[in-house]
Amino acid sequence: MTKPNSKIIVVTSGKGGVGKTTTSAAIGAELARRGNKTVVVDFDIGLRNLDLIMGCERRVIYDFVNVINNDANISQALIKDKREENLYILPASQTRDKDALSQEGVERVLNALKEEFDFVVCDSPAGIERGALMALYFADEAVIVTNPEVSSVRDSDRIIGVLNSRSRRAELGQELKKHLLVTRYSPARVKKGEMLSLEDVQEILAIPLLGIIPESTAVLNASNQGVPVTLGPVSDARKAYQEAVGRLLGEGTEDADSKGWTSKFMDGLRVLWSPA
Amino acid sequence: MKLLSNFVSRFTGPRQTATIAKERLQIVVSHERAGGGDIDFLPKLRHELMAVIGKYINIDQDQINVHLQRSGSCSVLELNITLPGDGSTL
Repeated sequence: MTKPNSKIIVVTSGKGGVGKTTTSAAIGAELARRGNKTVVVDFDIGLRNLDLIMGCERRVIYDFVNVINNDANISQALIKDKREENLYILPASQTRDKDALSQEGVERVLNALKEEFDFVVCDSPAGIERGALMALYFADEAVIVTNPEVSSVRDSDRIIGVLNSRSRRAELGQELKKHLLVTRYSPARVKKGEMLSLEDVQEILAIPLLGIIPESTAVLNASNQGVPVTLGPVSDARKAYQEAVGRLLGEGTEDADSKGWTSKFMDGLRVLWSPA
Repeated sequence: MKLLSNFVSRFTGPRQTATIAKERLQIVVSHERAGGGDIDFLPKLRHELMAVIGKYINIDQDQINVHLQRSGSCSVLELNITLPGDGSTL
């Protein structure tokens, strides 16, 4: 039996290196910290990295492809996080070819995970090839990770198009909720006119904003140590991710909440913008 | 010159690169949303055109040229076929 409120969330971007895996780990860990049984699934077949970012790289025995091929069952492949009791990861395989992700196989594994977990967070690989398409196909909601930079915004727009046309929800005529997460944001550079502003990115992509993760030393420090940002020491990035997860869970009323924090953020920017 | 332009930009402000980025993005994204970004079909179109024209006229593979050009708000699909000989084969 599928858990009644079980949700599949894909973390995607089109472009590589924008923070999908960091975001998957941070969101997954925060969902778990708040008491939701959560699994983060690495869809980057051949180039697994989620295990490293979450600090369980030495505990990988079986992987996603093993489960699809029935070489192992799901409980053998799942790695239980040592910090958060509600947090699990399903690692990608390191060696096999990406065609190993058959749609039937992925569906079977995701359905099995939905029986156990409140949230299944799918960490998509870059690009719009098979791995990325499989990561998003079964999603109920999507987090689109975007850097305030031309190639990232363009690729995000492409991936939004793919979500709108090639996901299962799109095929069934159902809504697939999309959330914009802007990462590596630097208000100081925006102020100088060297970086696209939040408003610019939002105007172009036209999807609701989930959060803004500032460019922060905490992110590299966290990945260096294999600790999801949201389980690490207090930092601007941790706070931003925690707030984003709050909104993902629909904390507060959508309008008042988003207005509250957006205007707070804008006030902050206005201070920076004010003539010296 | 650099000194001068620095001096001028102190008052006028430089054209901010973020503004340029936004304008470029708006154009490319609107093209791609309109389906203009997806020109994967061109080789196939060329192949099928060859087959159709080949039924009537004997032409060479490299005598047909399909080209898609975008300017402003419209796109032009240009089809160029060089017929063999002086046209008397028609």
